[in-house]
Amino acid sequence: MTFTPTELEVEGAAGGEVVREGAPVPPPASGRRVARAFLRDRAAVACSVYIVLIVLMAVAAPLLVKISGYGPLEFDQDAVDPNLGGIPLGAAGGMGADHWFGVEPGNGRDIFARIVYGARVSMLIAISATLLTTALGVVFGLIAGYFGGRVDMVISRVMEFLMAFPALIFMIAVLSALPAENRQILLVLVISFFGWPYLARIVRGQTMSLKEREFVEAAKASGATSAQIIFKEILPNLASTIIVMTTLAVPGYVGTEAGLSFLGVGVVPPTPSWGQMIASSVPWYAVDPAYFLIPGAFLFLLVLSFTVLGDRIRKLLGEGTA
Amino acid sequence: MIRFVANRVLGMLIVLFLVCLFTFVIFFALSPDPAVQICGKNCTPEAIDQIRANLGVDQPFWTQFGTFLSGLFAGRAYGTGPNAIDCAAPCLGYSFQSSQAVTDMIVQRLPVSATVAIGAAVLWLLAGVAGGLLSAVREGRFADRFIAGLTLTGMSIPNYVLALSLQFLLVVTLGWLPFPQAVPFSEDPLQWFQNFLMPWIVLAIGMAAVYTRLTRANVIETLQENYVRTARAKGLSPGLVWRRHALRPALTPIVTIFGMDFAGLLGGALITETVFGLNGIGKMAADSITKNDQPVIMGVTLLAAFLVVVGNMVVDLLYTAIDPRVRVGSSA
Repeated sequence: MTFTPTELEVEGAAGGEVVREGAPVPPPASGRRVARAFLRDRAAVACSVYIVLIVLMAVAAPLLVKISGYGPLEFDQDAVDPNLGGIPLGAAGGMGADHWFGVEPGNGRDIFARIVYGARVSMLIAISATLLTTALGVVFGLIAGYFGGRVDMVISRVMEFLMAFPALIFMIAVLSALPAENRQILLVLVISFFGWPYLARIVRGQTMSLKEREFVEAAKASGATSAQIIFKEILPNLASTIIVMTTLAVPGYVGTEAGLSFLGVGVVPPTPSWGQMIASSVPWYAVDPAYFLIPGAFLFLLVLSFTVLGDRIRKLLGEGTA
Repeated sequence: MIRFVANRVLGMLIVLFLVCLFTFVIFFALSPDPAVQICGKNCTPEAIDQIRANLGVDQPFWTQFGTFLSGLFAGRAYGTGPNAIDCAAPCLGYSFQSSQAVTDMIVQRLPVSATVAIGAAVLWLLAGVAGGLLSAVREGRFADRFIAGLTLTGMSIPNYVLALSLQFLLVVTLGWLPFPQAVPFSEDPLQWFQNFLMPWIVLAIGMAAVYTRLTRANVIETLQENYVRTARAKGLSPGLVWRRHALRPALTPIVTIFGMDFAGLLGGALITETVFGLNGIGKMAADSITKNDQPVIMGVTLLAAFLVVVGNMVVDLLYTAIDPRVRVGSSA
C-alpha cells in the first residue's frame, strides 16, 4: 500500500510478505493447542497486554481524566512560561504530580488527557476501518472466487484498479476536498475503500482452490444452495487467513490515520489524535522533545504490538500459509 | 511478445484514463467553487458568473473533462481575451493562489524530490538485500532473529516520529549535523549532503525492513526448488549454486516492487519533506492542503498516479524480459 505506501510512506507498515494467493489451505489448528503455544510466546503476550491496556485506556478515558484532574481541552496557562514563548514550566515538558505527562507548550493542555482521548480516536478509527475492510474483502473475495466467470472478472478488474492507485495521495485528495464535518466516519470510509482489495485478493484465491474440494462437491450433491455452501462450507475454512490478515491490517490503519491527521486531513482539532499531536509538536521539537516523544512512543508501540502479534499468529496458525 | 506488450500498454492507458476521470470527479464534485476563491470579498453574483464563464466551470461535466484532457496533451488557456492565462502542454491545472501553472510548480521542485528518492532508494535497496541475504544464510540463528527484530521495529516506527527523533538526537543533542538550510550543491556540497542525509535514512529504514523480509522469504523459498537440489546433486560448488541458481530468481521479484516504490516516491514524500523542510513536490502538496489550493493537490495526485502506473508497467515489461515464466503465466 501504502499511505503507502503505493505506498508513499505511512503505508509501509502494512508491507512485508503476505499470505500467498492460492496457497494450499491448512487444516484448522486445534484452538487449545494454539492458545497454549501463544501463551508460551513472551513477545506475543507482551504485545497483547499492551494492546489491551490501550483499549482499556480508551474505554475508561473519562474516568482516567477525572482522576488526573485535567480534561483534554482544558487550557492551563499556569503550567507554561509566557516569557519564554510558552515553554512548559519544569523539567521534561512540565511532567510532575500535577500533569503526569507534562503539558503542551503554548496553551498548557494536559498531554496525559490528550493521549488518553487520542487513543479513543485512533483505536476507534483503526478498528472500524478494519471491520469494514474485512467485511468488504471477505464478501467480494468469496463472490469472485466462488462464482468465477464474468463476476470474477469485474471484481478483479476493480481490485487491480484500486491497488494500482497511489492510495495515500488519493486519500489526501479525497479528504482535502471533502468538508470537515464527520471526519472520523469519512476517514473510516476512505481507508476501507482503498484497503479491501488486499484481503479480497487472498480470499478469492483460497476460495477458488476450496471450491474444488470434495466436501463442497458433497454439499452441492446434497442440494445445498450457493449461499449455504459459501457461508457454511467455505467461510469457516478461511477463518485463520482472515484472522491473520486482520491483525496485520490494524497497524497499517493506525499508522494511516495518524499520518493523515499529521498532514492535517485527518481528525480535526481540537479533538486529539496521536498523529495530530505529533504534527503540532514539530515546531517545538528542539525545545520540548517530550511533546513529540510521548505520543510518538505510544503510537510506535501500538503499531509494533499489532505487527508482532500478527506475525506470531500467522506462524502459530500454520506454517503452510506463511 | 508484441501482443503481450501491446496488451500491457493498452491496459495502462485505460487505467490512466480512469485515474484522470476519478481524480476529476473528486475535484469536480467536491472542491469549493474556484470563482468564489478568485473573486474574494466584496463580490457580486454577476462577477462570479462572469469568472465562471471565463474559466469554463459553468459548462457541463463532460465538456469540462474534455477541456481538461485536451489541456494535458495540447495545453489550454484559462479565460478569454487579453487577460487569458496560458497553460502550456502538459497542463495539470493552474493555481490561482500562487498565480502559476501547476506543471511549472512541479518541474521546479522535481530535482529535490528526485534527489530524496534516489538517495533513499540506493540506501534501502542495499540494506534490504544485504539484510535479507544474511538472514537467509543464517536462517534460524542469532543473526536471523536479530535482523527479524530490527525489521519489525523498522516497519512499525512511523517515519515522522523517526524523523523528529533523529533530528533531535543528531542535530540538537549531539550536534553532529547542522540545522538544515537550503543550499545549492554548487555552493556548499557538504551542507547539501548533510541536508539530505536524514531524509534518506528516514525514508530508507521503513522500506529496507520490507525488502529484507521479502529477500529472505524469496531466497529461502528458491533454495528449496527442485532445480537447486539438482544443481547441488550435480556437485556444483555451493558458491556457484547460490550465484547462478538461487540469487537470480530470488531477486527478480524485488525488481517488481522496487519500480513501484521508487515511482511512488518520485511523486513526493509528503511527510518526510515537510518535517525536514525540503522544498520538494511532497512539501508543496502538504502546504497546498493547508492553503486549500485544490489545483495543486489535483496535479500532484495525477502525477503520482501516473508515475506509479507507468513505473508498474515498465517493471512488468522488464520482468518479462528477465523471467520467461511470467509470459507463459500471463497468457494462461
